[in-house]
Amino acid sequence: MNRRDYLLRKLGFSLVTVLVVVIINFILFRVLPGDPVRAVIGRNVRISPEIQQALRVQFGLDKPVFPDQFIDTLGQWLQGNLGVSWSQRQPVKDILFSKLGNTLLLIGLGQILSIILGVALGLLAGWKRKTAIDVGALTFSLVAWATPTFWLGIILLAAGSAWLGLPTGGIVSPANVSKPLYTVIPDLARHLILPTLTLTILYLGEYMLIMRSSILEVLSEDYILTAKAKGMSHWQVLMRHALKNAMLPIVTLIALNLGFTVSGAIYIETVFSYDGLGNLFQDALTKQDYPLLQGAFLLLAISVILANMFADILYTYLDPRVKAN
Amino acid sequence: MSERRPATAGSVEGPILSVRHLTTEFVPPKGTQGKAARALEDVSFDVMPSQTVGLVGESGCGKTTTLMSVMRLLPSTGRITSGQVNFKGKDLLAIDEREMRKVRWKEMAIVFQGAMNALNPVMKIGVQISEAIILHDMMDRDAAEKRVDQLLEMVGIPRTRRDQYPHQYSGGMRQRAMIAMALACSPDVLFADEPTTALDVMIQAQVLELLRDIQKALGLAIVLVTHDLGVVAEVCDSVVVMYGGKVAEYGSADQIYNHAQHPYTQRLLASFPDVNSPTTQLASIPGTPPRLTDLPGGCRFHPRCDVKLAKCSEVIPPLISISEDHYAACHLLCQGQEARF
Amino acid sequence: MRRNLLEFWRTFSRNKLGLLGGFLVLTAILAAVFAPALTPHQPTDVMRGANGRGLTFSPPSVHGPLGTDDAGRDIWTELIYGARVSLTVGFTAGFIAMFVGSLFGITAGYFGGWIDNLLMRVTDVLLVIPDLPLMLVLVATLRQMNLHVSPLLIIILVIGLLYWTSTARLIRSQVLTIKERQFVSRARAIGAGHGHIIRKHVLPQIMPLIVANTVLTISTAILVESGLAFLGLGDPTKPSWGTMLNFAFDRNAVTNGAWWFYLPPGLAIVWVSLGCILLGNVLEEMLNPRLTTHHLEGDENMIAIPAPGAK
Repeated sequence: MNRRDYLLRKLGFSLVTVLVVVIINFILFRVLPGDPVRAVIGRNVRISPEIQQALRVQFGLDKPVFPDQFIDTLGQWLQGNLGVSWSQRQPVKDILFSKLGNTLLLIGLGQILSIILGVALGLLAGWKRKTAIDVGALTFSLVAWATPTFWLGIILLAAGSAWLGLPTGGIVSPANVSKPLYTVIPDLARHLILPTLTLTILYLGEYMLIMRSSILEVLSEDYILTAKAKGMSHWQVLMRHALKNAMLPIVTLIALNLGFTVSGAIYIETVFSYDGLGNLFQDALTKQDYPLLQGAFLLLAISVILANMFADILYTYLDPRVKAN
Repeated sequence: MSERRPATAGSVEGPILSVRHLTTEFVPPKGTQGKAARALEDVSFDVMPSQTVGLVGESGCGKTTTLMSVMRLLPSTGRITSGQVNFKGKDLLAIDEREMRKVRWKEMAIVFQGAMNALNPVMKIGVQISEAIILHDMMDRDAAEKRVDQLLEMVGIPRTRRDQYPHQYSGGMRQRAMIAMALACSPDVLFADEPTTALDVMIQAQVLELLRDIQKALGLAIVLVTHDLGVVAEVCDSVVVMYGGKVAEYGSADQIYNHAQHPYTQRLLASFPDVNSPTTQLASIPGTPPRLTDLPGGCRFHPRCDVKLAKCSEVIPPLISISEDHYAACHLLCQGQEARF
Repeated sequence: MRRNLLEFWRTFSRNKLGLLGGFLVLTAILAAVFAPALTPHQPTDVMRGANGRGLTFSPPSVHGPLGTDDAGRDIWTELIYGARVSLTVGFTAGFIAMFVGSLFGITAGYFGGWIDNLLMRVTDVLLVIPDLPLMLVLVATLRQMNLHVSPLLIIILVIGLLYWTSTARLIRSQVLTIKERQFVSRARAIGAGHGHIIRKHVLPQIMPLIVANTVLTISTAILVESGLAFLGLGDPTKPSWGTMLNFAFDRNAVTNGAWWFYLPPGLAIVWVSLGCILLGNVLEEMLNPRLTTHHLEGDENMIAIPAPGAK
């Protein structure tokens, strides 16, 4: 397969998906909520009909929805103008980017830990199929899968705060709220333990399962028998031949998982009152702050789509069977 | 036809590999039901140094299982229940796995059937070959690299293709690369499992010639598993004919081709189409090979045999000596002596 | 037909995990159906103490096996009646997803060509977009439209319309293999119409797989519903387990140490989800048994030569 064509196809697909997201966003937030003037200006603001009309003209709301309003809105979004939040009275873009880092920290930590542990456990489980460790790992994964994210968070929160004295919420203690994060790292770390643990436990199971089935598939291939025939020990076979082949699907999986990771982040940030995009999203939902909700949705969706695309690109460089022209 | 030595040449030194009474079963996988399959029973044969032994028979007769049993590479359902594999003075079935790993590849190597997937697709060919050399501590990295080039040259692959991946090689090249890889540690015995199946005729001839040249140059013994009698005629010094997991007949190529005694061998030879013969109909053997979970009593071949005696369905015929180093397992040969293995 | 079912039951009952899964699901369904028999109260009844005041946050006791919530309602009762809501939403959404998924899968697999391409692209796009944000946004918008429908219906629809992708993919690949088989081309040769072929030949073959996959989809639906309800998008007048957890969390059950409030609903969710997953996995395994070779196992057993004189 030609790498260049493959990449172009992936790029095209990602663009189409972004477009779909944008259209969904537009339809949901501009078209459906009834009076767009209200949507743009904000609620609980009393304005006279003349001023409403004037505002309509000013915001271009008297023009037909498609294509004029759509193109206008698209233009706005491309420039980074995502409107102003009703509940916080600040530009949506600023709010989003101030919280982005926190969520990335949480998700990043959780993913890295769960990938390392999950891959290791999956390797072990697949190698020693049907032994106690395999059965244990499978059971753990099944139960983790059946456990609602937020509930595990609640349990850990209750247990952690009651038995270990860990904080019950927030990203830092109230005293440190206004300080830049890098200055209060120990406090930050204490607050990160429980939410990260929750995320790790949940995703660990999934990575374990994928690595396990990947390893099982690799270990049924002929070249593994060849390696064994060469006189290698099991460990050597695993490390030199099986591992790389088995890890390839993990790369794609990490990408695919990003959507679910974002969902998990919304739940966990809510439970732990963690000051990130997830919590923001939930907050905007409750307060019906549409500009903020819409902006957050755009950011989250597009990030996931782009991350997916990068993972696919990365894959083409890792698998020698996908060659450049 | 190439010059062939009688099966006993070199018998002064003795066989390099001596299989005796090898019996292998496959048990049903855990959690499923069913009977065990007797894949091999009482298999015995010798491999002389620098000779080629052909292991022939229909699909499922146990040829590949024999190789796998000797190298102890059976799948997890395989069980060797009796026998000895005497190799250079030790019984390979009696040593532990760690010692066996030292024997693998360094002293006996195998070229698998269908080299399509036998090579790791994400590893360069050169690396896969040098890996074997380095694994057995034979030389340092630089010397190993040079040897890889030598080996590739020996099998007719330009050394510039060393850093390519298996998918960039053609089918025939992959097969040759596997042969190069098998020779990496200069083994004493090379097992080749159907090396020419799935290759077209031109490439087949090349591979066979290659094997012959290698044997002449390196003096190693080759055990060639095939169902193609033409291949056997080309390159083998001695032949082991297998049926239903047992040895039916065993002797030099000349003895097997010109003086076959076992009814199965005779039918097998007869069914092999000869371009020059006047007959226009393909002779085939009626019936199908036995199911290994449901083997017939007595001689395994008797349901399909047209010269069977009453005894054949009850008593398993032992290998009977027809002449020196020519044996067949058939009750019709009652005048010969039983082979003393 | 009866013989097939008997055969199925025999194989199925041999698998302990499958039986466990079935047990879990069955008990939950029975509890939901026979709720009035399991508790004398109604979920909205407030338990009052001797002084007539509501017994808020009281721990499990003889009077209430799971204690009371912040308003004094019996949690055991809420749990049992909550099963009705959770299971109904889960099953209904699961069926919708199954239906949509099967429709797409059969169409894509059977007709192939550009139809297949188009449907698969749609599936891919849907898969990439993160699920929860999309759902939240959809639900929020739909509710805001004042359509006067139950919030539960909205949740059912949203889940059903977003979670059909795995079913579609699975069905499609099955249909592709069936399509290759001879009886399809034979039926076409004698002039059978597409609908007829699909009904008579394709459906019976894939039905077992659809059933297995639906069970798994239902478990997802139950989990997703609980999440949406937890975030406040459920129907407070008809609390599901997720809604109970929403109440628990919002009304400080955690800080009050009222573990009987936040533990049981979650356990109930795990109970049913796990049951469905086990059931679904076992069914799928039965339909697609995969006995794969594993080159790195069994070495210890390879040589089974009895030592001389051992007998």
